[in-house]
Amino acid sequence: MLYFSKLKLVTLYSIIVIFCLFTLLNFINNDNNFLLSKKVNLGLDLQGGSYLLLEVDSSPVIKEKIQNKLLLLRKILKENKIKYKKLKINKNYINFIIQEKDIDNFSSSFNKKDYAFNPFYTQYNSNEMEYSIDGNLVKINYTKFGLIEIKKTTLEQSLEIVRRRIDETGTKEPTIVRRGNDRILIELPGLNDPNRIKKLLGKTANLTFRLVSNNEDSFGAEMLSYENDTGTLSVNKRVILRGDSLDNATPSFDNQNNSAIVNFSLDRIGAKKFAKATTENIGRRLAIVLDNKIISAPVIRDAILGGSGQISGNFTFQSATDLALLLRSGALPAPLTIIEERTVGPDLGEDSIKAGSLSLLIGFLLVIIYMIFKYRVLGLIANIALITNLMILIGILTILEATLTLPGIAGIILTVGMAVDANVLIFERIKEEMKTEKTNIHAFDMGYKKAQSAVLDANITTLISSLILFFLGSGPVKGFAVTLGIGIITTLFTVYFLARHLSSFYVMKNKERIIII
Amino acid sequence: MIFNLSKNFNFHQYYKKLNLLSLIFIILSVFILSYNGLNLGVDFKGGTLIEIRTEDTNVNISKIRRSFLNMDLGDVTVKNFGNKNDYLIKIEMMNSDNEEFVSLIHDKLSLDLDSEVNFRRVEKVGPKVSAELLNDGLLAITLALAAMLFYIWIRFEWQFSLAAIAAIIHDVIITMGVFSFFSYEINLSIVAALLTIVGYSMNDTVVIFDRIRENLKKYSKIPISEISNNSTNQTLSRTLITSTTTLLALISIYLFGGAILKGFSFAMILGVIVGTYSSIFVATPILNYTKVNSNTIVKEEI
Repeated sequence: MLYFSKLKLVTLYSIIVIFCLFTLLNFINNDNNFLLSKKVNLGLDLQGGSYLLLEVDSSPVIKEKIQNKLLLLRKILKENKIKYKKLKINKNYINFIIQEKDIDNFSSSFNKKDYAFNPFYTQYNSNEMEYSIDGNLVKINYTKFGLIEIKKTTLEQSLEIVRRRIDETGTKEPTIVRRGNDRILIELPGLNDPNRIKKLLGKTANLTFRLVSNNEDSFGAEMLSYENDTGTLSVNKRVILRGDSLDNATPSFDNQNNSAIVNFSLDRIGAKKFAKATTENIGRRLAIVLDNKIISAPVIRDAILGGSGQISGNFTFQSATDLALLLRSGALPAPLTIIEERTVGPDLGEDSIKAGSLSLLIGFLLVIIYMIFKYRVLGLIANIALITNLMILIGILTILEATLTLPGIAGIILTVGMAVDANVLIFERIKEEMKTEKTNIHAFDMGYKKAQSAVLDANITTLISSLILFFLGSGPVKGFAVTLGIGIITTLFTVYFLARHLSSFYVMKNKERIIII
Repeated sequence: MIFNLSKNFNFHQYYKKLNLLSLIFIILSVFILSYNGLNLGVDFKGGTLIEIRTEDTNVNISKIRRSFLNMDLGDVTVKNFGNKNDYLIKIEMMNSDNEEFVSLIHDKLSLDLDSEVNFRRVEKVGPKVSAELLNDGLLAITLALAAMLFYIWIRFEWQFSLAAIAAIIHDVIITMGVFSFFSYEINLSIVAALLTIVGYSMNDTVVIFDRIRENLKKYSKIPISEISNNSTNQTLSRTLITSTTTLLALISIYLFGGAILKGFSFAMILGVIVGTYSSIFVATPILNYTKVNSNTIVKEEI
């Protein structure tokens, strides 16, 4: 086990040099080159920042969708001359009663592929809706896959809107990704106070323009309260214009009233609708409603034909800016809830880096001194392997552009403590073998051979726990698993190649002398 | 040299006494755990955790407590954390409806203390997420145990597997018992520590087992009690040296790694000590009790 071919040695040392060079990349600035710009990322707990986990509640979307299905369903039933009674929506399903003779007719028409009512998903091999009949009572609801599809689209749309909103705020390098079926994970490095972002994400931003009711309208009205809780107003349910007709929105300042306002412009169709509505209703009040709260309800003085207007309310410049931002980026399809939030201030991050590096340095020195004290020259060899081990570990983290967290640093320190274990196992074995073997070379050879299975077993067990941690752990703990796991692999590499080569070199040079361990 | 003890230490004579002691510790731990429970942190219980630093270094902790009492937020614990003017506040109530919850607390606290308060860290975990994290943590530990059991069973025999798992369960229960006794908080990093302890304890045990297997093959006539005693002696210096280097690294984290890593490194230090003890005095005697002999091993090799 002590012989190395030239080719092996060249490969071995070039690998070490390459990884060490990657480690050095962390200390130079070169952002232009794809390969050279690689660096270990600092986790939010080290550089400061906010982590938010949002949950998308798709139940209002499901409700709305099934409401839209009702119209289509009526059409289908009519086309197929099926008589029905008591058609209504209960929670997430549609209920109605048909005559017994129509059941077959209904069944065959329900699954026809050319109806938009019930699309077929080839990827799931399933329809969007399914029905069940109990006597005369028909129940129609979404299939499992229909629901999955709705959730998926809702999540994707929400993700897009969230991304737009956060981009608009000018936050640096945000990470916005989906998690599972109904969650969005947001990481905002360097953000100390996530309040504004949280407020922006907490609004669905459903904007509607509706007339204030004058009791003669046939469409029905509802009582809505003002956003600043200054009272309520009866507003028509019929919507004149929705937020999606908006082309642009910008905050502005109204010099006459000395207050902040939001200017908006409408797209072509929106402008036409708005012109018609304002022409017909001069003198009436138009309520501007955001998420079922009235922002303001000004009187229409003139017809607005140009397709642009302004929203006034009790805005500060900041709130006008935020409203404009929300209107520009569009409404969320479903409300979002923040279910997990972690924010670390930059000064705590800095303290953690300092404490982490200090403990790494001290732990490292203690281990190095102890090893030299125990094993002299071989201890030195183990230490060279240990230092190389650390360099390669950081090099790999750099290549992967992995994220280093505080527990990740703890993982590195633990690697330092445990990495020498492989060498200790081997050295102790060599010590034993020296009692029976005649030559040093033989003893070294046997020592490496016999210790191998113990070294492997010992490291594989730790690898197993780090793998499990990696797949089940979350956030910073994952960082711990990454450094610990990679650390084990680099340890085996440095011990079995580098330390073995160095010690074989040493023992060959001192064939006759007694080697002290 | 420190650990070049006499190589013929008779572990055998201590098995009975120490096993009894282990048993007492386990029963005590289970008793404390069921009586005291675990002090679950925000990660697993939900709620809000705030780490603050006050500008004024002479702020009294009871002043902070009083300020929170006036805010009427339910159960709030305030404790010193690291530096003299650093505090950790745990609020059990989840006020997820109000996005400004934290900034309201900030303003009120600054006013009451008459000093600028820096919120260094805020962690808010909803009940759904905390339940998931708890499940994931328990699942991770169970899976780790199962994986280890399986690995040892593949590499060795069922007796070895049983012995190793007994040792790990011993370690985990006692570690949790100590955490329960001192009411130390269990958070995500403690679960990570427990898993690492599982790996470490296994690592220690496997090295001894490896030697036992080797000796069983070599000396088929010698009874297991003698073989295990010799094997433990042969691997003893390695066991102690590795535990020392690992402990050196861990003590360095404990002393210099800052307040956040204190719980983690404490659990690990405890685990390494208990784990080293258990591989010698729990796992190995079980091989004696289950009457492992050279046939157990050789059978499989043919």
